[in-house]
Amino acid sequence: MTDILQIENIRKTFPGVVALDNVSFSVAPGEIHTLLGENGAGKSTLMNVLTGLYHPDRGEINISGKQVHFTSPRDSLKCGIGMVHQHFMLVPAHSVFENILLALDDVPNFFNRSAYKEKIEKLIAEFDLELDLNLPVWKLSIGAQQWIELIKLLLRDCQLLILDEPTAVLTPQETERLFAVLQRLKGQGKSIIFISHKMREVMEISDRVTILKKGCSIATLARGDFDESKLAALMIGTDKVPQWQKSLQMSDELVLDIQNLSVQNDRGLADLDDFSLELKKGEILGIAGVAGNGQKALAEVLTGLKKTNQGKIMAGAEDITNSNARYSYIAGIAHIPEDRKTIGIAPDMDVADNLIMKSFKNRLFTSGIFQNKKAIRQNADDKIEQFAIKTGPDGTPVRYLSGGNIQKVIIARELSEHPTVLVALYPTRGLDIGSAEYVHKVIADGADRGMSTILIAEDLDELLKLSDRIAVMFRGKLIGYVDPRNTTREKIGLMMSGETPGDMS
Amino acid sequence: MKLVIERREISSPLLRFSAPVASIFVALFVAGFLLLASGVKPLLPYKEIIIESLGSMYGLSETLVKTTPLIFAGLGVSLAFRMQIWNIGAEGQIYMGAMGATWVALFSGIENHWVMLTAMFFAAFLCGGLWAGVAGLLRAKWQVNEVIVTLLMNYIAILGVDYLIYGPWKDPQGFNFPLTAQFSDTARLAEYFDTRMHSGFFLALFCALVLYLFMERTIWGYEIKVIGSNQKAAQYAGMNTAWAIFFVLFLSGAIAGIAGFGEVAGLQHRLQHGISPGYGYTAIIVAWLAKRSAIGVVIVSFLMGVLLVGGDSLQIMWQLPVAFVYAFQGLILFFLLASDFFIIYRLKLIRGNAHA
Ligand SMILES: Nc1ncnc2c1ncn2[C@@H]1O[C@H](COP(=O)(O)OP(=O)(O)OP(=O)(O)O)[C@@H](O)[C@H]1O
Ligand SMILES: [Mg+2]
Repeated sequence: MTDILQIENIRKTFPGVVALDNVSFSVAPGEIHTLLGENGAGKSTLMNVLTGLYHPDRGEINISGKQVHFTSPRDSLKCGIGMVHQHFMLVPAHSVFENILLALDDVPNFFNRSAYKEKIEKLIAEFDLELDLNLPVWKLSIGAQQWIELIKLLLRDCQLLILDEPTAVLTPQETERLFAVLQRLKGQGKSIIFISHKMREVMEISDRVTILKKGCSIATLARGDFDESKLAALMIGTDKVPQWQKSLQMSDELVLDIQNLSVQNDRGLADLDDFSLELKKGEILGIAGVAGNGQKALAEVLTGLKKTNQGKIMAGAEDITNSNARYSYIAGIAHIPEDRKTIGIAPDMDVADNLIMKSFKNRLFTSGIFQNKKAIRQNADDKIEQFAIKTGPDGTPVRYLSGGNIQKVIIARELSEHPTVLVALYPTRGLDIGSAEYVHKVIADGADRGMSTILIAEDLDELLKLSDRIAVMFRGKLIGYVDPRNTTREKIGLMMSGETPGDMS
Repeated sequence: MKLVIERREISSPLLRFSAPVASIFVALFVAGFLLLASGVKPLLPYKEIIIESLGSMYGLSETLVKTTPLIFAGLGVSLAFRMQIWNIGAEGQIYMGAMGATWVALFSGIENHWVMLTAMFFAAFLCGGLWAGVAGLLRAKWQVNEVIVTLLMNYIAILGVDYLIYGPWKDPQGFNFPLTAQFSDTARLAEYFDTRMHSGFFLALFCALVLYLFMERTIWGYEIKVIGSNQKAAQYAGMNTAWAIFFVLFLSGAIAGIAGFGEVAGLQHRLQHGISPGYGYTAIIVAWLAKRSAIGVVIVSFLMGVLLVGGDSLQIMWQLPVAFVYAFQGLILFFLLASDFFIIYRLKLIRGNAHA
């Protein structure tokens, strides 16, 4: 059988950057093909070339043996290639149904609307998705928004589906669901290009893996020929992963005492319900819980983005309950936003400017009312080096950075505030394994200096590895604390489903 | 073979410079047909425009006279643009600025030349600023669309000034014309070379420089750029965006207000009906074409000055109808704006079948 997709010697440059140097690989019908590579290796760019958003400087794209030249995503869609982007393209105020209709070529008129509705509902049922067609998109979780993108492509009967880091924003449960859907699609003979930084997922789902490094495809391995360490070694080389050791030294001094917090969400339900938490100095406190059980609200309340309905947040002796973002920063709380493009960065400004967004009034970066450009530049050079941020030439707007590198810019900024309390909401989302490890190291080093961290993550491995204590949340309530050195995944899992620890803790 | 429009991934600096220049030539070429149709050899009027607006001391001075208010108002509008705020009300702000300066000139009784000019300057600054500040307040506090507010307030300002000059401020010795009394010498800007050119031009250049430094070098400029790029991110970083919106609209109007000061103190030496023939609206185009740079505002304003003065001379020297002048200016603007399209997109010829 001919390959559904075959690309050869693709090269793509941007001014001052070689994003793709020389890439060749192919996808067979009914195959799940994973692309693996460090942040900035060129994965997203390659997919954008493939869907006609970018035009390669050189190289060939063949679909089912015939060479094609795409000039826009419309062309590639016509050839049955569809993509779910790293950043979704939905109209937030419109309903799910309307958003799906918008994506269709022949926008259905008044009369066949219901026919489409039926068709979509059939798809939802077939793939066992959970989606209310009438809800406005802004009310949906990011995971649910992804279903919309997927349904759009299924409606158009795409034969090759491209998913750029779909799981970076999904909960482990949602990921399981997605994988089930992908397997079913594969069973129908469709091909899938899958991108992820999470090794466990790559191992689970891939039929073949192609590794991209600095814009070159360096190897393609079939299932059975690869394991985690081999992939990692190919991807980043062996000894580049930063080493760190957390010296245990949390004291009993309380830096944050959260008392009986209640917070309502947009739908009038309780995001946090009589929630209490104690954070000690120098501690890394992991928060475990199935996503959607109030973690995000917790981060937003702590950083002042959300107001509380009830309860108190005490920082030492100071009541900081109803403070705004700046005030909480001064009190030493910083946070890492989940929605990096929407609230994390100023996309038109360069890395240097984005890194000082919170500290631009700091003495370090000013002289009087003027900015100290030299210090700002120096700061950027330091951070770029430390966090291995891959940027274009000086002055490149952050919007052109790869997803992972944007995330690194945000993390570098938050961590350089030297906060007393760091609230880290999914800090390693979208980072390659080397960078994720570096972020862990910075958090651990911070703890050694006395910084306390509230680490909200989905990955139990990450939590178990890093935390001094783990607090488990369920439906906006604290279920209990566990000691990561003295617990099992099962025990945490039970607590995450709401079972009180009883004598477990 | 087929022709497709595709988005450029990156537009080079060379293109961004050459496209507008090329577009002016295309506009001249197209306008040439209009000239031919009216029985005039195309190249001569073009020469005329250049000679009239730039070739003599008088012409150049007239061009600079028109350039001056455009720079002020253009700077004001473009400052707001930087923060994604659309100040359509520069025209009204010019009138308010002129009114403020006139009030000081006529009624303050200040004797000292410099004190007088300084007071007039700040009166214009404040009046223009407060006028736009109203829109700023409404937008910052209650999310009222500033486009509508600034636009509608133009009419109020223009009619308000008319009320003053037809009524309480009318010059008793003015044979009932709608104008105020002439300013004394204390309240006049310096003029040069026996022309109408006045020191307001240098003030405008200075203002451009200050604004450039403000935007590129100060922490406030930085704050405005962040808010303009992503308001949510700015809020999250702890910036007070509501205050910034008010402040920027105030400053935007204040700078436009200075144009009013320049017109009454440097040129008309009195407040009169129609003190601005639409500079405030032209300023929107100036700001748009200048993109985000203060230096760009100066250059584009100068170009507009050339067009305005050259256009006048076409009417006088070639007896071309005023409609032609408008069409000519319109063509140039049209092609300039069209060049924007080619900076973002390109046409591409594709050989063979595009798909499969
Ligand atoms: N439009 C653009 N203009 C300039 N540079 C770009 C543009 N798009 C991508 N790049 C650069 O190309 C390189 C590859 O980026 P790409 O987004 O493909 O990386 P990636 O492999 O998807 O990384 P990640 O895992 O972080 O998503 C990066 O250095 C990026 O800065
Ligand atoms: Mg990417």
